[in-house]
Amino acid sequence: MGLESHVSQPFLATRLDEVINWGRRYALWPMPFGTACCAIEFMGVVSGRFDVSRFGAELVRFSPRQADLLLVMGTITQKQAPVLRQIYDQMPNPKWVISMGACASSGGFYDNYSVVQGIDEIIPVDVYVAGCPPRPENVIGAIVKIQEKIDREKAADWR
Amino acid sequence: MNQTDILARVKEKLGSRVLAEYLFRDQAAITIAPEHLRDLLTFLRDDGELGFDWLMDVGGVDYLGYGDDDEREWRFEVVYQMYSMQKNHRFRVKVAVRDESVAVPSVWDLWNIANWEEREVWDMFGIRFTGHPNLRRILCHDEFVGHALRKDYPINKRQKLSAPSEIILCEKSEYA
Repeated sequence: MGLESHVSQPFLATRLDEVINWGRRYALWPMPFGTACCAIEFMGVVSGRFDVSRFGAELVRFSPRQADLLLVMGTITQKQAPVLRQIYDQMPNPKWVISMGACASSGGFYDNYSVVQGIDEIIPVDVYVAGCPPRPENVIGAIVKIQEKIDREKAADWR
Repeated sequence: MNQTDILARVKEKLGSRVLAEYLFRDQAAITIAPEHLRDLLTFLRDDGELGFDWLMDVGGVDYLGYGDDDEREWRFEVVYQMYSMQKNHRFRVKVAVRDESVAVPSVWDLWNIANWEEREVWDMFGIRFTGHPNLRRILCHDEFVGHALRKDYPINKRQKLSAPSEIILCEKSEYA
């Protein structure tokens, strides 16, 4: 009140973390790490019928250095585990991880010598998506969960 | 040649060195001891009538717990699947491996593909191949302990994972 009279241009007062979180949550750049049939389901998520661009996360990057949302879709074998860790480490902060489907979340029915029993043994996970494979709506639901999580972040938590 | 003729010709060559022979659903196979393997496979490849020019696959079998363990004379078998592209016929050779202390002679110099096939049998069953140039694991990661397809390997055993640098930087990578 009264501040407007001191500046010539119109302006909007807000909090710094709020405006930055608003920018981040509607411009997620996913990096698909697709190793199995869940990655085929992801094609449905990005294309016209389900259209993840309605939620601002359609610009798929195949370089981890240009992405901030890692989508792990499919079975991760023990031999592949260090590759996934390396890709996660290459992503710049801030970054979020969605574990899509039973295999990535828990190993699925591959309870054997060669499969990692859930990618949270290797990297931190923000949202787990159940299903084998999950419906595209579930993936969109996970992206909305990520957006809600970004919304709750405070400037003090920024890395 | 049909399967009976192949079996007869192989038995004629090997004589009493055949441990067992099979003719089941028109598929012939024999079992021999490891020391006769190279002789036999060289014969199968170079004999004009047989002409097995392609080693299709090498696999392993672990018979632990299959029937009575005390009665069986050998625990493992290494199985060689042979095919002749010129004659269009097949044959199967099984090598009896008493236990893990017995090594099988490598045949990678007869067919180069045996190099990787034998590495797979080593990786999965822990059967050693003498004369192999590069007997390292091929499917499991280098830090893997044990051999996954043995019947006494615990089905839900967890292994130490490789660190990123070990696989990304390819420090141990040497292609044979």
